[in-house]
Amino acid sequence: MTVESVFPRLEPLLPRVSKPVQYVGGELNATLKDWDGASVRWALMYPDAYEVGLPNQGVMILYEVLNELEDVLAERTYAVWPDLEALMREHDVPQFTVDGHRPVGAFDLFGLSFATELGYTNMLTALDLAGIPLHAADRTEDHPIVVAGGHAAFNPEPIADFVDCAVLGDGEEAVLEITDIVRQWKAEGRPGGRDEVLTRLAETGGVYVPRFYDVEYLPDGRIQRVVPNRERVPYRVFKRTTMDLDAWPYPKQPLVPLAESVHERMSVEIFRGCTRGCRFCQAGMITRPVRERSIEGIGAMVQRGLEATGFEEVGLLSLSSADHSEIAEITKGLADRYEGTNTGLSLPSTRVDAFNVDLANELSRNGRRSGLTFAPEGGSERLRRVINKMVSEEDLIRTVSAAFSNGWRQVKLYFMCGLPTETDDDVLQIAEMAKNVIRAGREVSGRKDIRCTISIGGFVPKPHTPFQWAAQCAPDVVDDRLRKLREAVNSDRSLGRSIGMRYHDGKPSLIEGLLSRGDRRIGRVIERVWRDGGRFDGWSEHFSYDRWVGSAAAELEPLGVDLAWYTTREREELEVLPWDHLDSGLDKEWLWADWQDATDEREQDDCRWTPCFDCGVCPAMGTDIEVGPSGKTLLPITPVGKGSPVRNSALSGT
Amino acid sequence: MRYAKRGRLRFTSHRDVARTFERALRRAGAPMAYSQGFSPHPKISWVGAAPTGVASEAEYVEVSVVDAVDPEALRVALDDAMPPGLDVLEVVQAAGGNLTERIEASRWSVELPGVSAEDLRDAVERLLATESVEVERATKDGKRVLDVRPAVVWARARERASDAEHEGVASSPPCGILDAVVRQTTPAVRPDDVLSALRVVAGLVPPVPAKATRMAQGRLDDEGGLIDPFALDRAVEQDPGAVERR
Repeated sequence: MTVESVFPRLEPLLPRVSKPVQYVGGELNATLKDWDGASVRWALMYPDAYEVGLPNQGVMILYEVLNELEDVLAERTYAVWPDLEALMREHDVPQFTVDGHRPVGAFDLFGLSFATELGYTNMLTALDLAGIPLHAADRTEDHPIVVAGGHAAFNPEPIADFVDCAVLGDGEEAVLEITDIVRQWKAEGRPGGRDEVLTRLAETGGVYVPRFYDVEYLPDGRIQRVVPNRERVPYRVFKRTTMDLDAWPYPKQPLVPLAESVHERMSVEIFRGCTRGCRFCQAGMITRPVRERSIEGIGAMVQRGLEATGFEEVGLLSLSSADHSEIAEITKGLADRYEGTNTGLSLPSTRVDAFNVDLANELSRNGRRSGLTFAPEGGSERLRRVINKMVSEEDLIRTVSAAFSNGWRQVKLYFMCGLPTETDDDVLQIAEMAKNVIRAGREVSGRKDIRCTISIGGFVPKPHTPFQWAAQCAPDVVDDRLRKLREAVNSDRSLGRSIGMRYHDGKPSLIEGLLSRGDRRIGRVIERVWRDGGRFDGWSEHFSYDRWVGSAAAELEPLGVDLAWYTTREREELEVLPWDHLDSGLDKEWLWADWQDATDEREQDDCRWTPCFDCGVCPAMGTDIEVGPSGKTLLPITPVGKGSPVRNSALSGT
Repeated sequence: MRYAKRGRLRFTSHRDVARTFERALRRAGAPMAYSQGFSPHPKISWVGAAPTGVASEAEYVEVSVVDAVDPEALRVALDDAMPPGLDVLEVVQAAGGNLTERIEASRWSVELPGVSAEDLRDAVERLLATESVEVERATKDGKRVLDVRPAVVWARARERASDAEHEGVASSPPCGILDAVVRQTTPAVRPDDVLSALRVVAGLVPPVPAKATRMAQGRLDDEGGLIDPFALDRAVEQDPGAVERR
């Protein structure tokens, strides 16, 4: 059965919507394969707007890994804005991929990458527009298998009704195994239908199929236990870990959109995992152990990526990029190599203590000099011990002073509000820190135009972290502290006018908290919000707090629980958490001990430089830390070209 | 350089095209010249771009390079580096002077599916018979009124040559085509403004969105034709003394 492009039906709608270019595809390095020649077909979705979803590294990697297989086809789809959604409903145009404009409902698998829980309502829109029943239980053999991945998949319980399965951890190898199972099952003539293929996926131990597990509740609303309801299904599902990053140099051909996107740069992931141990950070906890890409592997990816994309900036990505064991050699080598080509380097996540000004100078040598960003996260020394973000104010002042005396004029500082044990005083310390930054900057530079921007996000307790037991701070408390902070910043006009402050109110964080630590009962809240018009919950102009609160009240109260029970309630040690049967490798007893250390204001060192602290990941997963230094250097050291990072013999020196 | 914006890539905005062009130049290995300063930019001058949603066979851009390059080699390398639908058609070495000054008007071709050539012809005649047609256009800052008529140098209606006719199938839906030469004015009169004018003078409302394409740009000659903006550069390329003699 061949599948036709819906583009002829979509095209007349495009002049009537905003930014139509996001729906036409045609990105550089996109792949369009023959439908009939493929035995397994994946539709991949990042459930947010195209401009946010396109640069997503996870989707880009899987898209390329799958399309490299001769008999496999992968296409991408993104959330359509409400203006196009309305026209698609009116003209009966289904959810489509941007590559072949094929209907999503025609694919074998529909994979969604959830970086954040706020994409759940967009998933429902896509399913509905695709003509796929919202509830997994209502689907037949003719519908795609809906697979969830990404960090939010470490607790997929709130979307258990809507997804057929979820994969925890790294996707590169997992998608290939899923593809093999689906290919085999199709080749055999689909024995046992949808149930059998899902069972085959579940018995690998690395694919979670929620319908094969029953959740039993205690009378007070807590979970009693979660158990498999059939044979061949394991009690626990494990996360996947890709160990050798150099063996997976993806994306090799990064997608370059025609439309503007949120990250206009070429990204290379220089390591995966983080053992700094910041207690609020789910990414750092669930991606252990640290696995570095080698300096040579990074150099090759940068060159190939620049040739394939033409981007003017290279982002060296990871959870804490300055922690790579050879970061100085990498940045100097790349800066030498791209001298004169107007190619900038950026390190998106930099710790204050690992940072030095030489590094910053290398980063800005060949490109535009942007501001410097640091994330102390907590305003007071005490609170930073609680969250295990061990940065002293002296370190920060020393680092920013060096930067200001080297010509930087602007520093951005990231903080969180609503952290466990936090008081008003902890938050007010943020103002003092910012003022000290301005004072130090003015002194060392002798200038008045020094700026410091403080950016504050609401803390959301996440599964698989030491704070998974914590009470989330109520939005009105967060809002009150932020108001007091603003007053403190403005109390001194001379310093205050050099300090910018950015924050959101605490309400969206509370809903994110509901979705992060929710269980299967939250599915009906998500569905009600969506039926009531909820879309694009990550966008403040679309997010409606009242709609979430109202839907939560209507759906949860009959069950004896409520929004506060899920969010601002502190959990006890022995409570069964909704994600306890999903194994991130972290030992629950270690997490609890680390939670106790947090409330006792005791810090924890990094296992890369101090002995193992027994978080449990390496023995449970059969993994180990993979770090350098390798002692290798980047070749060639000579600059590559003039005005362009690519050497073209047809155009050089006639 | 002259380039085309075709097919579904007509939905790109000017900013989209500019970004794509800069990246393609880097991928092609062109020895680009950059501005000096804190935030260096490649030296590229754009000549009034076709609006989002409008295709073009004649968009113009000037690119500065730091080394002499063979124009045809650059055209091939750059076209390879551009996504299909943004196609580099001609590259000449600039003979000097300002490219913008060699462009005064555009010839547009607008397909109107569902509109018969007769209805279109009637509407065009009414438009040309007036001296002033004011239309409204929605902009970011609200509604804006502009007079379309003075910008229209000439306009003609014709029938789209359809494949169905050759096969003797009579059921092919009508599709009129509007050809028009429109002066570059301030504020700019765009193809959709000309269509708005046809609605104002003759009540012509296309049942589906029209597809407009810019076919040519240049200075107007006496017959309402357009003079190739590269004519001078080509003459100089063949005979470097041509500039002085002009």
